[in-house]
Formats: sequence, C-alpha cells, structure tokens
Amino acid sequence: MAPLLQLSGVSKRYGGVQANAGIDLSVDAGSIHAILGENGAGKSTLMKLIYGVERPDEGQVFWQGQAVTLSSPSDARRLGIGMVFQHFSLFETLSVLQNMALIVPGSKGDLASRIRDLGAAFGLSVDPQAMVHALSVGERQRVEIIRCLLLNPALLILDEPTSVLPPQSVALLFETLRALRAKGMAILFISHKLEEIRELCDTATILRQGRVTARLDPRQGSAHDLATLMIGRPMPPPVHPTPHGLGEERLALSKLSYDNDDPFGVSLKDVSLSVRGGEILGIAGISGNGQQELAALISGEIALKSKATTVTLMGKPAGDLGAAARRQRGLAFVPEDRLGRGAVPDMSLADNALLTAHGRGLVQNGFISRKAERAFTADCIARFDVRTSGPQAEAGSLSGGNLQKFIMGREMMLDPKVLLVAQPTWGVDIGAASEIRQRLVAMRNAGAAIVVISEEIDELFEICDRLQVLHKGHLSPSVDVAATSVEQIGTYMIGAAA
Amino acid sequence: MKITFERRAALSRPVLLAAPLMALGLAMLTSLILFAALGKPAGQALYSLLLEPFVGWYNISEVLLKMGPLMLIAQGLAIGFRANVFNIGAEGQLIIGALCASALPVYFPDGASPLMLPAMIALGAVGGAAWAAIAAGLRVRFNANEILVTLMLTLIATQVLNYLLLGPWKDPHGFNFPQSVTFPDAALLPILLAGTRVNISLLGAFIVSGLAYVMMRHRFSGYQLLVGGLAPRAARYAGFTEARAVWVSLLLGGLMAGLAGACEVAGPLGQLQRSVSTGYGYSAIIVAYLGGLNPLGIVVSAFLMAALFIGGDNAMVSADLPVAAVFVFQGLLLVFYLGSLTFIRHRVSFNWAGRA
Amino acid sequence: MTILAFILAGTLAAATPLLLAALGELITERAGVLNLGIEGMMALGAAVGFVVTYTTHNPVLGFAAAALAGIALSLVFATLALGFMANQVAAGLAIGVLGQGLSSLIGKPLESQTLDAPGKWAVPLLAHLPAMGSLFDQDLVVYLTFGLAVAIWAVLNHSKLGLIIRAVGENPHAARAIGFRVRRIRLAAVAFGGALAGMAGAYASTLYTPLWADGMIAGRGWIAVALVVFGTWAAGRIAFGAVLFGALSLGGLIAQAAGVALPSQLLASLPYAVTIVMLAVISSNRRRMRLNTVASLGQPFAG
Repeated sequence: MAPLLQLSGVSKRYGGVQANAGIDLSVDAGSIHAILGENGAGKSTLMKLIYGVERPDEGQVFWQGQAVTLSSPSDARRLGIGMVFQHFSLFETLSVLQNMALIVPGSKGDLASRIRDLGAAFGLSVDPQAMVHALSVGERQRVEIIRCLLLNPALLILDEPTSVLPPQSVALLFETLRALRAKGMAILFISHKLEEIRELCDTATILRQGRVTARLDPRQGSAHDLATLMIGRPMPPPVHPTPHGLGEERLALSKLSYDNDDPFGVSLKDVSLSVRGGEILGIAGISGNGQQELAALISGEIALKSKATTVTLMGKPAGDLGAAARRQRGLAFVPEDRLGRGAVPDMSLADNALLTAHGRGLVQNGFISRKAERAFTADCIARFDVRTSGPQAEAGSLSGGNLQKFIMGREMMLDPKVLLVAQPTWGVDIGAASEIRQRLVAMRNAGAAIVVISEEIDELFEICDRLQVLHKGHLSPSVDVAATSVEQIGTYMIGAAA
Repeated sequence: MKITFERRAALSRPVLLAAPLMALGLAMLTSLILFAALGKPAGQALYSLLLEPFVGWYNISEVLLKMGPLMLIAQGLAIGFRANVFNIGAEGQLIIGALCASALPVYFPDGASPLMLPAMIALGAVGGAAWAAIAAGLRVRFNANEILVTLMLTLIATQVLNYLLLGPWKDPHGFNFPQSVTFPDAALLPILLAGTRVNISLLGAFIVSGLAYVMMRHRFSGYQLLVGGLAPRAARYAGFTEARAVWVSLLLGGLMAGLAGACEVAGPLGQLQRSVSTGYGYSAIIVAYLGGLNPLGIVVSAFLMAALFIGGDNAMVSADLPVAAVFVFQGLLLVFYLGSLTFIRHRVSFNWAGRA
Repeated sequence: MTILAFILAGTLAAATPLLLAALGELITERAGVLNLGIEGMMALGAAVGFVVTYTTHNPVLGFAAAALAGIALSLVFATLALGFMANQVAAGLAIGVLGQGLSSLIGKPLESQTLDAPGKWAVPLLAHLPAMGSLFDQDLVVYLTFGLAVAIWAVLNHSKLGLIIRAVGENPHAARAIGFRVRRIRLAAVAFGGALAGMAGAYASTLYTPLWADGMIAGRGWIAVALVVFGTWAAGRIAFGAVLFGALSLGGLIAQAAGVALPSQLLASLPYAVTIVMLAVISSNRRRMRLNTVASLGQPFAG
C-alpha cells in the first residue's frame, strides 16, 4: 500500500538561502514520525510545504499515492492534513468557538458540543466560550489541536509542541498523541529534543542544513547518535560552573507588584528576588506567565514612578528610573526578541552598536563619532565570532544566531555589573547556543550578577546557581540548583506548589 | 498577475535617485492624458506647469520666493515623519505663526523700532510651536492620535484667522476686505535679491536645512529619532523615550511652520490676509516625502514644488486650467513616488502568468 | 416646523455622510488597513455625484457613479499600500490630495449650480409623533445609512465573513497560515471603504446641500476617521458619535434657538474642537483602546 504522504526531491529556496534541498520523506498511517533537526535545519519550511503555506520550487508531493499540488492550507485541510503551529495561529480577540468557526463548518451549538466531546475523548478540555487572550499557553495549544481534530485529519503535524509545556503536561500530550495513533492517524512530530523523540516516535527523519542526513528508528539509537547526526559532530559538553565566592547584592526586587494596563498581558504580584555578584539566577517557567513584564520591569522599559524602592540596583532604589538611567548604573539587557527590539533591522551593525553603547565614547558632545562606532563594532564582531560582512552590514541580514551573538557581545562589552538575559538561545543553533552559555558563565566567574530568563529547563540547570519559577505572575522562592530536580521545578511551573 | 518582493541586502542607491525622476515622468504622462480628457490644451498646460517657471529671471525669482517656506516647513515635518510622528497640520501652525507675528504691526501700525521685525519672527516661531504643542501634549498625556489632532487644529486655525480678519483686525480703511493694515517698513524683511521679491528668509531656510542635515546625520539626538521611527520597541529598549520624540518632532515642525508664516506676512504679503498660505503646509508634506525625508533631497524637491506652483499660476492663464490642477499633479507625484520607493527597498518581480 | 423639530431632523441628515464614510473606514480598518484618504475619496465622490446627477437628473446614477469613483481612488491607495507595501499614512495622504484636486477640477464648470431639493419619505405613524416626528421624515439615504450601521454590526459580530475580516486585521500572519488570502481580503475591505466614502460625498453634495461649492467636504472625511477611533471600532458607538457630530454641525441653529449670539467662526470650530477633546478622552483609556483596537492596523503585510 502506498504511504499516506510521500515527498520526493522537494526543494525550497528563500533568496540566497537553500532552506530545503531534495527532501524525500514518507509517512505511514498509524505512526508517529519525528522530524529532527536543530534551529535553521529547515524543519519549519518543510512543514509549510506540506501544509500548503508555501509551494516547493522543485519536487513532488504524493497523497495516498496520488501526485497533488498544495497551493493553500485549505487544499491541505481538504486532503486531511492538520497542523498545530509553534507560534499558534489563533486570534486573541476572538473566542475559542469563533477561532474554530473560522475554518470548521457547522453551527455554533453543534461545534460547541463537538469541542466538548473531543476534549473528553482525548483529555483536551477547553471552554468553547472563553476568549483566547485569557487562556494559558498550554490551553491555547489544546485549542489548536482540537481545531485540527474537528476536521478529522488523516495526518496531524505538530511543530515543536512541547516547548510550551511544563514537564508534567508533556506526558499528557504524549498520551493524547498515542491515542490518536491508535485510531490510525499519522502524526508528524517536529522537535529538537532527543529524549522526547526516543520516547514517543516510531520513525525519525533527521535534517541538517536543509538536507536529510538520516532515516532511522529512534528507539534503536542512543541520544548521542541522534545528536551527532543532527549537528554533524558530537554535542558540545555542558559547561556546569563550579561554585565560588559571592559579591555584594547588585539587583533586588522586593514585593514588586505590577498591574498591567494591557488586557492581553500578565500582571505581577509580590515578586521578590535578589542577585549578587558572581552568581547566575535562572527564572524558569513557560513563556506567557509574566516573563516579558518581569524583564521590562527590571530593564526599566517599564518604570514605576511611585514604587522606586521595589527595585534596587547597586543597593539604591531604581524602580522609578527609565531604561537609560538603569543602564548608566551598570545594568545591561539582552531581550528575547532580537529584530526590532535588541536591534534595528534596517540599520547597520555599527549604528546598532550605538543603541546601547553610546556611553562608551561613541558620542562626543552630542555628535556621533563614526570612527569610534566602527571600532567598537569591529571589536565586538571579532571577539564574539559574529559571522558577517562587517560593521556596515544591516542587522536584518544576519542569521538569528549571529545577531544574538552580536547583541550579547554588545551588552557584555559594556562591562555590566548586572546582566539580564531573556531566552538567550531561542532560535539559535546548538554550536552558538553552547558558546553563549560559556560566555555567560565566564562573566559570572568574573564577578557579574546575571539573571537568565529561559523556558529551556536543561539550559537553566546547566548554567544557573539558583532557580526561581514564574507562574501566572507569581515568582516562586529561590532554590539551589544542586538541591533541586527537574520534577520539583516542573511542579512550580504548573503552580502546584506554594 | 503575482507580484513578489525580495528584500535587498542594502538600499539601492541608483534607484534612490531614479525614483523621484520616474515619479515625475509618470505624473507628467498621467496629467497630460487627464488634461487632454478634460479638453484642455495638454501640451500648453505642461509647458506652463513645468518649463515656463524657468523662463526669465522674474519667473525664477518667484520660484525661489515660494521655495523658502516649502523648504522650511518640509525640513521640520521630515524630522517628525522619520520618527513616526505625523504632523500634518503645518498649515494651521503656519497660520497661527503668521497671526502671532502680525499682532505687533497690527497693534503698532506706525512702529519703527528695529526690534519689531526680530520680535515678529520670534513670535511667529513660538506661536507655531505652541499650536503644535497642543497636539504633542495630547498625544503624550492622553494618547490622542497626532494626525487627527493636528488636522483639526488646522481647521480651527483657519476659523481664528477668519474671525480676526472679519472682525477686530480688519483694516478700517481697507474697503471692508478681510485683511489687516499694511505693515510698516520696520515690520518687513529685507530683500535678498535686488529687483525681486525674494527676501532674506530664503537664506534662513537654507541655514535651517543645513542644521537639519547635521542633526539627522551626525547628532545623537537625530539618531534617537530615527530609531524611534524604524523600530519603536528598540527605542524603548534603549531608553529613548517616545514622549521626547513626540515633543521634539512636533515642536520643531510647528516652529518651522510658524517661522514660515511669520516670513510670509513680513515678506511678500506685507499684511495678514485670508490667503496667507496657498496650501504650503499641505504641499510641504509632499515636498518632505519627495525629498526622501532627507534634508538635502528636500532642498531639491522644494525647488521643484515651488516651480510647480508658479507653473500652476501660469497654466491658469495660458491653458485655462483651474488651480486645482496643481494639486492633482502634486497628488499624482506623491502616488507615483510612493510606488517607486518600493523598488529601493525591494527587488520586485512580476509574474504575469498568474499562480506560480 | 418648529426650530426644535428642524434641528432634530437636521441632526440625522448631517450625521449621515459622516456615518456612511466612517462605516466604510471601519471595515477597512477592521481588516488591518489604515486609509487616511477618506477626505479625498469623499471630495471626489461629491464632485462626481453632483456632476452625474446634474446632467442625468437621476440621483441613483449619481450615487452609483460616486461609489465607483470612490472605489477607483481606493484602488490607487490599495495598489500602493497593499501592492507595493508603501507606508499607509503617506499613501492615504497622497490619495487625499489627489482626490481633493480631482474634485475641484471636475466640479469647476458647475461652481454654484444647484440641484432640486431631495424628496423625503416619512415613516408612517412615527412621523406623526409629537416633537420627535421630524426624526422620521427624511430622505431615503438617511434610513439606509442607519440600517447599514445595524447590518455592519451584525456582520462583524455574528457572521463568518465578519470573523474573517477581524482575524485578518488582528493577525495577518496567522490568518495566512490557516489559509486566508490576506491581501485579497484587505483589498476588498479597502474598496468597500472607498465605495462608502464616495457615496458619503455624493450625499453631501446632492442631498444634504444640493449645491456645488469647491471644498464642500470641509474636513468631514477626517471627522469620519476620528469617529472610528471614538467608536473604538464598533458600529453602534460610531453611529452614536456621528449623531453627536451631526448635532454639533448644527451649532448655529442650536445657538440661535437658545438665544445666544456667538461668532459664526466659533460655532464652525466647535465640531473640530469637540473632535480633539473626544479623541483625548477616549484614547486616554489605554486598556479599552488595546481591547478594541485592530492589532495589525497600518502595518504592511507581504504574504
């Protein structure tokens, strides 16, 4: 019998980048098929081709043995392909039901009861009347999955589904997926997490730089083998810092509450933390639980005029200071979104250096010194191994990993007393991620106080001295990494422990 | 047809220069067709609009006379546009500037103090800036959209002007025309080019252009505004406050428009009239865009637009075209320019076969 | 007719062109596109509507021609803003200037000409109500416009089409990912806005004041844009705002009725001043703005 879905020699190019080259893939009904690859390997592009969001430049797609042309997602849905996006395709100002009604035919009442039935059958309960902006990230994922299931797909694609889930919920999701497989559904499971794939999947196709490097049964090989196939060399070893002496307190939040104006945002309640020189504090938690607000409150992008003493920097009140004033006092910040926040895409790297490094002699008497600007930028490019044509390259032309190295380098070159880093390795390839983690540890050893906000638990366990967990705007007490476990942090992440 | 855009790695310099020329050509072609369709002598109209302004020293001097205020206002507006602060009420700021400057000669029609003129210029600048400050304050404090507020303020400014000219400020010996007394010599700007109406405000406009160039190109304060326009979140991240960008943009824009208004009443008009502005405030928006929001480009586009105004006056006589033809041409110019701009940032490919 | 009855009747008629244009802009903005060229499209519609009605003596033809003119100009905008991804503010201003210029050019030969006063249609029974009766003795377009407000409310909140428009406006990337043709939907929304703006202009020039005067739109298009903000992107609140402004534009009559003598310029400024105050009041509630505003408004989308 012909496979459910078959791709032969599929290629896709974006400008100068060959995202997919000659991909062959074959997916059978009643199986869970992993697509494994690191950031930038071409996984997302491949899924967009299968779901009809993009069209391949070359190659052919077969569905149940028939050659098909997918020119839009509705074509794909008509064949029986459903997709759960990593960055959900939900609309915040609409209700759950309205989001479903956009692509699922049927009357409202009928739809609502089918949503409840599916929820009961697969452990995916959601309230059809709830507004999407009020849902947690995990609930939104359920909504996306249910929306696909309402169309009775033969193939379900999930793009990095576990990145938004606490460890406990991952197990639940896997149960759901196994139940769907048992009903004969084929599942394409995209991930870069090796252990998950070994636990769940029947087959794995490994991508590297847009090409298929291996097809295998993931339960046979070890995680080490998979990693080698995925990145072309063995995994870089973890850095694990050794404990050493602590300096004075550099940054503290004491019972900081923030009532968010934005109805789609999160309010923070009684958040307290303290970081001293020479340590890394990790803030764990699924994004969307107040991470952006916390980062902005520490960086000064949100300043609280009447609550100066709830934030102290270098022992002095700073809650009422703006971002520029806090930076002057020794804070540096690497935000989670690089294009448009950490860097201006349409400006050269040199002009982007000016963004935060203007105090380092790049501006004299209000005039920009182009020479100093170029020298600083060239130094940053060299020291932090940024792959680019030079200081005049536009920030928008760099790859995610290289731009992150540039921004990280720029902030580190400010010799900050406190460094705040949000999601340091989002969208960064494994080599660059490992380099970034090493740099952070080196800065800690040199005496800086560092706060890392990340949703990658493994990463936090690798580099942090202490951890706190953010859940629905509350921050857990601090625990020593040496004295805790992934399970305990996971409990905090779903708000189960006080 | 399917159009696809591919972002260029860097701005295309040749296209940057070609875009305004391409727009000019297309606007000419379109208006030629339009005028012909309206039964006007199209060739004569285009000659009057585009070439006649450069025939003879008198015509050229009139172009320079109109160029001053256009250039001055456009420099101020362009700074705001680059910071994503859209002041489209320069017309109103110009009127208020002209009003404030006129207050002195209206109340001291026999004044001869050498301080009168500088005081008028200062009052005009402050008046224009203050009118724009209303919009800045409302935007910063109440989040009110500055596009709508500056526009509404212009409509109000027109009514204030009407009120004064029909009432308290009307020249008692002016045969009931809605205009003020004619200003004394001490309230008039010295002539720059003998034998023409071009006064020293043109020099001022060039100096302002130079300053705008230095600010946007070499000053950190200009850089901060650029970041605010290109990536507002990056500006917030760097600690460049939006409130400052709004205030600087609107105050500068209002100041320059107010200056232009003062220079009109103290210059070619010599009194306050209802037609103190022939749409300079609106045309300056187009001048700013056609100049690529670049201080040097604006010098060129202001000259071009001024010639178009003079040409429009000529065409009214020679080709029986209403003054509206100038605005049609301006609109077309901006439409085609915005279209051609895309080619600067993107490589555009057309696929005539339809679906790829 | 008493002066009060006259004011009541006049209020709805004065509100009609504002509401018509604002409803068009509402749909355009709900789909994520900011078209600031309403003033130009209204001006063009006013001139075309007047000229066609004047020559054919057929007001329906006049309205149809005005709608087509509005669509044509809105397509110029769409070509720039959607086709070429130009800055939407600049593109709106460009067609604003173009529309106003074309309007003067087209209307010029008929300067100061008049049309017959429009026929009115009294609603049976309601028109005979004491005091309020004059509200129900209007030309047909008034009823149709307020009916359209109800229809647009229903479409946006209770139909799949409305959901699609809102989805495209909130998050065009997600809308494309699940298969909607974002640019096509936006194009349709822009054209709809153009048609309504054109007709709003025709109403002003052929029915409200059936006389051609250059520049007769006089900022109404901008007030319509402001109304969409006042109404925080909801048809009902926009209709309420339009009626309020209709009443304000009759400020002279109202002042006369109240026996107050004020300079006419002050009264003429009143709608503009109130626009500014209302904008500040409504916009200062950031939470409410964020809940109702269209998330992708004004941002170019390439997909």
